[in-house]
Amino acid sequence: MSHLSYEESKSRALKIILVLAAMTLLEVVFALMAKGYIIEGFHLSPILVGAVMIIMSLVKAYLIVYEFMHMKYEVPGLVKSVLLPMFLLVWAVIAFFSEGNYWKNNRQGIEDKDAIEVDTKKIIPSGYLEDTHTELIDRM
Amino acid sequence: MADTAIHHDVDHHDDHHMDHHDDHSMEAKWDGGEPPWKASYGKLMMWYFLVSDAFTFAGFLIAYGTLRVSMNTWPVPDFVFQSLPGDIHHKPLYFVTFMTFVLLFSSFTMVRAVQEGQKENNKGVVFWMILTIFGGIAFLACQAWEWTTLISKEHMTIHENPFSAHTESGVYLEGDGHDIKEGDVFEAGAPYLIHKHGGEWHNLKYKVTEGPDAGMIKEQSLGPKAFGALFFFITGFHGFHVLSGVVFLIIICVNSATGLYMERKNGHEMVEKIGLYWHFVDLVWVFVFLVFYLI
Repeated sequence: MSHLSYEESKSRALKIILVLAAMTLLEVVFALMAKGYIIEGFHLSPILVGAVMIIMSLVKAYLIVYEFMHMKYEVPGLVKSVLLPMFLLVWAVIAFFSEGNYWKNNRQGIEDKDAIEVDTKKIIPSGYLEDTHTELIDRM
Repeated sequence: MADTAIHHDVDHHDDHHMDHHDDHSMEAKWDGGEPPWKASYGKLMMWYFLVSDAFTFAGFLIAYGTLRVSMNTWPVPDFVFQSLPGDIHHKPLYFVTFMTFVLLFSSFTMVRAVQEGQKENNKGVVFWMILTIFGGIAFLACQAWEWTTLISKEHMTIHENPFSAHTESGVYLEGDGHDIKEGDVFEAGAPYLIHKHGGEWHNLKYKVTEGPDAGMIKEQSLGPKAFGALFFFITGFHGFHVLSGVVFLIIICVNSATGLYMERKNGHEMVEKIGLYWHFVDLVWVFVFLVFYLI
């Protein structure tokens, strides 16, 4: 199945594992550097760092699937049937994150409303009949 | 008579086949006999199992992301995951990086086992699989330690989470006897951990120094409870995959040691299949690591 000889695939596996380990270490260093752990007072933009780490993780995923799981040597039909469904997740991420953001705004809206100070005695409930209305106000 | 007819048909088919090789070779493969995608039934189904599993994990991780963006505060990973065995603290992400290396190492030994299998070297398969099993067990042990610390020392459960971060700047009016002292100044985004004394949460009082609430005296509140539930469910689900992987690895290693796969003469395909599963577990960890610890 694999087009490489035994010796070649052996050294290839070693090379890939070293690349994966180096990338993992780089990710951690990057994450810590962004928060100012490594160089005192030096911070990086969280969006930039997040984007770089997502890209690095995707590269790691590619290496694991294509090299370790031998996806590289499978026929195109198999590769497509496994990988194409994964693209559905792109939409899932977009849809759910925008939903999450909506919840956040909603929560903030509720908090803002809670913070408004009102004189409860002046509130006239709407939708009541005239006499009930006066009765209510009397009771207040 | 019937015999000749069949022969004639076959000959005809062969001629046809040679003339339009590209049009018919694919269809011919689906007629049976050789697997069209050059993968056995078992291997193909392992791939599709992994596809479905990938969706399960993606669902979990996307739920984490959704809840995280919906909150205005969230525990800071390099503050939550900063302990090492031996009561060492303030070493952000050291332990989990070590765990990642353990899993990566076991992935490498698995690759080696598969390669020895294709070479029909039974001893090599068993040797590298034993190393892989040790890698899996080491990872599980690390996870057990991490969970124990979070549950028994930091009192995080699936419905209570003492980790959070401030949303406004302020100054502490009392200390907790650990890292926070009275008069310590903090900024918005500063992480904190609420300690438990005698079964009671010890929420510290602080005075807000900036923003619309400046001057007000407030108390630390417990963090989003979703964090605890998500952490234990997602890392637990991954750990369960590692655990079942270790069990399967042991079974296949024993089978291999008995020479069962040598008799099958198919390049130790069973080892290759469990290899696919094992690499997938490593692949999922890449994303769990990204989502929980790095971002």
